[in-house]
Amino acid sequence: MTSLPSTRNVPTHPARQWLRAVGILPVLLAVIVLFALLTPKFLTADNAVNVARQASINLVLAAGMTFVILTRGIDLAAGSVLGVSAVIAVLLSLSPAWGFAAIPVSLLVGAALGAGTGAVVAFGGLPPFIVTLGTYTALRGAAYLLADGRTVINNDLGFAWIGNDYLGPIPWLVVIALAVVLLSGFILRKTVLGLHIYAVGGNPEAARLTGVNVGWTLVVVYALSGLFSALGGVMSASRLYSANGQVGTGYELDAIAAVILGGTSFAGGVGGIMGTLYGALIIAVLNNGLTLMNVSYFWQLVVKGLVIVIAVASDRLRTRHASD
Amino acid sequence: MTKRFAGVTVLRNVDFSVRAGEVHALMGENGAGKSTLMKILGGVHRPSAGQVRFLGKPFQATDPGHVLHAGIALIHQEISLVPHLTVAENLLLGAEPIRRGFLLDRQAMATRARSLLSSLDDRIDPSARVERLSIAEQQVVEIARALRHENRILVMDEPTAALTERESARLFSLIHRLRSQGTGIVYITHRMAEIEQLADRVTVLRDGEVAGTLERTEIDRKRIVSLMVGRALIDQPDRIATRPRGARVLCARGVSDTRGRVRGVDLEVHAGEIVGLAGLMGAGRSEFARVIAGVDLRGEGTVEIEGRLCRFSSPSDAIRAGVAYLPEDRKTQGLFLHLGAGDNISFTLAGPTSRRGILRPRVLREHALQAVEEFSIRLTDLDQPTRLLSGGNQQKLLFARWLALNPRLLILDEPTRGVDIGAKQEIYRKIVEVAERGVAILLISSELPELLLLCDRIAVLHEGSLAGTLDRARSPLTQEAIMSLATGNSTFVS
Repeated sequence: MTSLPSTRNVPTHPARQWLRAVGILPVLLAVIVLFALLTPKFLTADNAVNVARQASINLVLAAGMTFVILTRGIDLAAGSVLGVSAVIAVLLSLSPAWGFAAIPVSLLVGAALGAGTGAVVAFGGLPPFIVTLGTYTALRGAAYLLADGRTVINNDLGFAWIGNDYLGPIPWLVVIALAVVLLSGFILRKTVLGLHIYAVGGNPEAARLTGVNVGWTLVVVYALSGLFSALGGVMSASRLYSANGQVGTGYELDAIAAVILGGTSFAGGVGGIMGTLYGALIIAVLNNGLTLMNVSYFWQLVVKGLVIVIAVASDRLRTRHASD
Repeated sequence: MTKRFAGVTVLRNVDFSVRAGEVHALMGENGAGKSTLMKILGGVHRPSAGQVRFLGKPFQATDPGHVLHAGIALIHQEISLVPHLTVAENLLLGAEPIRRGFLLDRQAMATRARSLLSSLDDRIDPSARVERLSIAEQQVVEIARALRHENRILVMDEPTAALTERESARLFSLIHRLRSQGTGIVYITHRMAEIEQLADRVTVLRDGEVAGTLERTEIDRKRIVSLMVGRALIDQPDRIATRPRGARVLCARGVSDTRGRVRGVDLEVHAGEIVGLAGLMGAGRSEFARVIAGVDLRGEGTVEIEGRLCRFSSPSDAIRAGVAYLPEDRKTQGLFLHLGAGDNISFTLAGPTSRRGILRPRVLREHALQAVEEFSIRLTDLDQPTRLLSGGNQQKLLFARWLALNPRLLILDEPTRGVDIGAKQEIYRKIVEVAERGVAILLISSELPELLLLCDRIAVLHEGSLAGTLDRARSPLTQEAIMSLATGNSTFVS
């Protein structure tokens, strides 16, 4: 018997528990081994840092998405929130008086946008897909408007260290992404909020009757997704010294892919952050490895799509018996 | 026949047969293996050893469609209808009448649906959407759907669990008719009266083994019960001593809901008192409870809990005021089936015991273990998925969850539905024990013997209004008195 919070993955038999716990990890390892054999440039320390850096922003978005999908929801607006926050961060950084507030303000805006979305989902009773499809479109427009249709550049960006400096050998982008994963894991496994998220996702009616404030839980979940998306925006702006209305387009789909690869169920209540970590790494390794092999971008998309479907299908086959 | 799951043998060398034209009842406590046996017949699981023979030939069901075509129909306890489709569409799902090769023949559909329903309950409108029907009506539709095929074998898993007397009576006459036409019927039930009425043979399962099979002439309540529990039954006291009545906990005056299902109900429950809420299906019992528990909004009237006027806008408000509500349907309204048993038991304590929102696993685990002990919930360990527990254990688990909050008023909505006799008795004992501790209890039940056994007073609802209250202190409680009030005949009781 393990400690209580570890009970949320439903396995009984130790071998099955192990299968469940490692989830998609074997696929990640297989992809790594494959590229290591195919190209000598892949398995080097420098390249490992590269992959991690490439995974970092998607990982931050995917962490937020994990919370949302655990509650049976979806946040299609993650990429748009990233765009809005990136533009706000760069714009503020250009102002001498407000430069210090660039990061906090853009994070707050992201969290507030998420909380607003969550409130509409929770109290308006609208499906998350529709609500966030709306905010996805509207906020993309807002990002273009804020940037006035141009690219806002700050060559003297105060927070450029985030995107370009290192903590020891590790880029700050990677440090931040790992911190977000740890924080998410902590929230999901160790807090009352986390337990309530699993309960609301698994059986909303029972959660309500048992005294869980379902609406509030949803607001917090979407606010977290907004906050993490905004953090992704700050990371992106710091890396590029700039932002425009187009930043983050389509990022929500990579985030969703990472979550699904990680085994978090669209049906709600099942899954966790470790799977999302592996999922985001699989996507980053694929992008990196295929590029190193000089595969064209078009083929990269085809391969990535197929890998997602095949990986999830094999995961289902493998865990089918565990869920009997 | 033997069936093992994850190394646990749930059925061991079970021999079971059904002859044409007989009703073979299958009994056993929850977890005894009835459902597993049924799933093997239905092709959901394969036996680990042994075989199924059907019409003299070995038969291995591959999938539910195959089973249906072979002439075996299963009626599960869980309702498996599509809520957004109409009754007729559900009845003929997968066997829709077709005209001109591909068009849906709506007219033929309605006619067929009506004829299927007529043998059970002709008040159900074939064009109504299933989601608008009561659970009892949905159950009727479920049964009617199984009848659309010519069945050699019909397996029914507690078909009357949600039915009214009238619907049950119709079902029984239908069963008699099918039997005389040569259908073999497997009838799973917990209700002794039904066995006496229907069964030609009874097989009792216990812990995955056949405890015994009784022929018609040998059927006897005490014998069945002792086969089920494996020991002679402690004679049930026909009434439980009344407890001293404490202060008034619940005082409801003129309570109505917003949809007209509850109309101006007055009710008081005192500390240490068990008050029953009786009435026919649709009389507004659960609806009243849901208003008191803050699940549904109150339309009119006032509710006082321990003298304080309350207006609940959510269940959490009610919980804070000391009201616990154990809902009717444990799977959809109570349990977190994807969480482990331990998480489920100590769920309500997670918040109150936390430090700044951070869970204290050790405290929760301690509590869960203690509750498992106290309520004799049978688990392999605290991580065991809740959906693998038997109905009785699931119910005891929910009972434990709510009592952890030390409620002042405990509302129990059908606490023993679909629960075996052993667990039932444990739950009864627990209810009395809780009342002795000074908790006010409002008990909703469709089983009159249960109300008669436990309650100090019984309030009877009829079409949303209070038809009358029976008080044990004044006159003995009887089924006749309850039924006469429930059917709207208030002159019977003075």
